[in-house]
Amino acid sequence: MSLLHIKNLSVRFGDASAVPVVDGLDLSVEKGEVLAIVGESGSGKSVTMMALMGLIDAPGRITADALTFNGSDMLTLSGRQRRKVVGKDMAMVFQDPMTALNPSYTVGFQIEEVLRQHLGLRGKAARQRALELLKKVEIPAPESRLDAYPHQLSGGMSQRVAIAMAIAGEPKLLIADEPTTALDVTIQAQIMELLLNLQKEQDMALILITHDLAVVAETARRVCVMYAGQAVEVGQVPELFEVPAHPYSEALLAAIPEHSEGAERLATLPGIVPGRYDRPHGCLLSPRCPYVQDHCRQQRPSLDPKAHSLARCFYPLNQEVA
Amino acid sequence: MSVVLTARDLTRHYEVSLGLFKGHALVRALNGVSFELEAGKTLAVVGESGCGKSTLARALTLIEEPSSGSLQIAGQEVAGASKQQRRQLRRDVQMVFQSPYASLNPRQKVGDQLAEPLLINTRLSRAERREKVQAMMQQVGLRPEHYQRYPHMFSGGQRQRIALARAMMLQPKVLVADEPTSALDVSIQAQVLNLFMDLQKEFNTAYVFISHNLAVVRHVADQVLVMYLGRPAEMGPKEDIYARPLHPYTQALLSATPTIHPDPLKPKIRIVGELPNPLNPPPGCAFHKRCPYATERCASEEPAFRPVGTRHVACHYAEQFL
Repeated sequence: MSLLHIKNLSVRFGDASAVPVVDGLDLSVEKGEVLAIVGESGSGKSVTMMALMGLIDAPGRITADALTFNGSDMLTLSGRQRRKVVGKDMAMVFQDPMTALNPSYTVGFQIEEVLRQHLGLRGKAARQRALELLKKVEIPAPESRLDAYPHQLSGGMSQRVAIAMAIAGEPKLLIADEPTTALDVTIQAQIMELLLNLQKEQDMALILITHDLAVVAETARRVCVMYAGQAVEVGQVPELFEVPAHPYSEALLAAIPEHSEGAERLATLPGIVPGRYDRPHGCLLSPRCPYVQDHCRQQRPSLDPKAHSLARCFYPLNQEVA
Repeated sequence: MSVVLTARDLTRHYEVSLGLFKGHALVRALNGVSFELEAGKTLAVVGESGCGKSTLARALTLIEEPSSGSLQIAGQEVAGASKQQRRQLRRDVQMVFQSPYASLNPRQKVGDQLAEPLLINTRLSRAERREKVQAMMQQVGLRPEHYQRYPHMFSGGQRQRIALARAMMLQPKVLVADEPTSALDVSIQAQVLNLFMDLQKEFNTAYVFISHNLAVVRHVADQVLVMYLGRPAEMGPKEDIYARPLHPYTQALLSATPTIHPDPLKPKIRIVGELPNPLNPPPGCAFHKRCPYATERCASEEPAFRPVGTRHVACHYAEQFL
C-alpha cells in the first residue's frame, strides 16, 4: 500500500458543472520517495496539494474515487481527526517564507506551538526540542534565534524556520510548494540540499512542486508533468528528460535557454494555457501542439503506459525501445 | 561599432536614518561600476538581491542621479546636461520592469499607453501616432483589436509584450530591462526572450539586461557583469565567463545554478552563509566571509577591479584560476 494514493481527484470552484481546475488526477507516492510535480501557473499543481491538506474552502469542491494517506481516508475524516494528521504526519512548506510565518510571534513560540499541538511537549522540553530543530535546519546561533521575530530574519533563514516547523512532527510526507522560488540562487542551493538531507535522514516522502525543470533534474527520481489541470506525463527522472513521450513535456524542456545553447532563438510553444472558459473539446494541448492530428481535436486521450512513462497522448514521441 | 553607453566609476550611496536620535548610516548601494556598451549589443548584469543591480538600472535610466562618477549616453554627458538635453536623453534610454502587472496603468487602454511616449516626445498627429502604435503592436505579436483593451484583459506574457512595445515606441538607443522574464512561466519566457532578440536586431538597440537567472543570461548576453554587494566582481565576454569563471563568487553562482543534465562527477561549490548587511559590509573583500579560498589578505585589503586577460576581476588571486 502506497503512503499516498490519489485516484481520479477533481477540484472545481463553483457547482458540479464548473470546469475542473484539477481534472481526474491519479497519483501515488511511496514511503521515502521524492516526487516532483512540474507545470506552469494555472496547471493545478498547488490546488492538488491544497486539496490533499484540506485547505480548499467553499465554493471549492473536491471529488475523488480515493484519497488515502497512511491508511486513512482523507475524504471522510472529520475536522478534528484531520487536524491530527495535517501538520504532523503530512506537513507543508510554502513558497513565500515571509508570509508563511506569523509576524506577531517569535520563531521559538511558533515552533513550540507545533510541538505542543502534535506531540504534547510543554515548557522546557518543548523549548529544548525547538532548539534541536533549529540546529537541524542549520541556523547559525540557534539559541538567540528562538526569541527572534520573523522580520529579523532574512528570506533564507525564514524558510529554514518554516522547514523546522514542518519537520517538527516528524512527518511521513513533506510537501514543498515552490520552496526556493522566492530565494536567491546560492540560498536556493543551500535550501534544496537541506531538504534532501532531511528527506534521507528521516526517510520521509517528499513532494516537490516547482516550475523549474532544472531543480527537478537535480533532486527528484520521479516526476509528474501537469498541464491545464491534468497529469500529462508521469515518469522516471533521467528518462523523462531524455526521451519525453508527451509533446508538452518536450516543449517545456525545449523552452529552457540551456537547451538552445548557441542557437539564435529559443524553441517555443505558440499560444498560452487554455483558461477555464476556453477549454478545447479534444486533447487540452491540441490548439498548441505541433504534432496535432484530427483525432486529437475530437477526443481526449487518457493517461496510459507508453514505452518509458505514462503519457496522455494518442501519438507519443520517442517510443523506440533501445 | 559605435559606443552608445559609457559608465565610468558610477557610484550611488544612500543615507539611511537609523532612528530618531541615532544619526545616519551610509549604504554603498553601487560602487565604482564602469563599462562601455555598443549599439546592438547586450550587457547582462547578474547578482543576488542587494547586489546593486536595480540601483544601477535607476542610475542608467536617469531616475536617480549618481553620487559620483560619469555617465555618457550617445556621446552626451549626463551630469551637467541642460533641461533640453535631459529631455532628449530620456528619449534615448527606456526601461522594461520586472512585473508587467505593476508597470502598466490599469485604467488606460493599451493603445493609449503605447501612444503616450509619442504624444509627449513628438509632434505627430493623432492619426500618425495611431499608425505607429499599430505597427509596433503587430511587431510584438499583438492583434489590432487589442488597441482598445485594458491591461487586465491580457496574460502576463502579453503584458510584458505591451511593456516592451511601449519602451520601444521611441526607438531608444539603450533599453534597460530589469528582470523582464522572472515573473513569467518557462514557455512564455522563451516567447518573450525571442521577442527581445528580434527587436534588438530590428532596431539595433543596446540592451542592459538585469537578471539573476544565469541560464537566461547565457542566452541573451554578449558581455556579463557579475556584481556582489554593490561592487563589480567580474566582467567580461560571455563565453569566457561561462567557460572559466575567475572570481570565486562567479564560480559559486554558476555551480549553484541547477541544470537539466546534472554531472554527478562535478563537485558542487557550496558557499556558506548569506549576504552580509550592506549597512556594515565586512572589511577587505566583500566576499571573503563566504569565499572558500579566502586568506588574511582578503580580510584586510580590498581587491581592485583590475584587468585579467580579456576581462576585469576584483580578486587578489584571479590568476590562479586562469
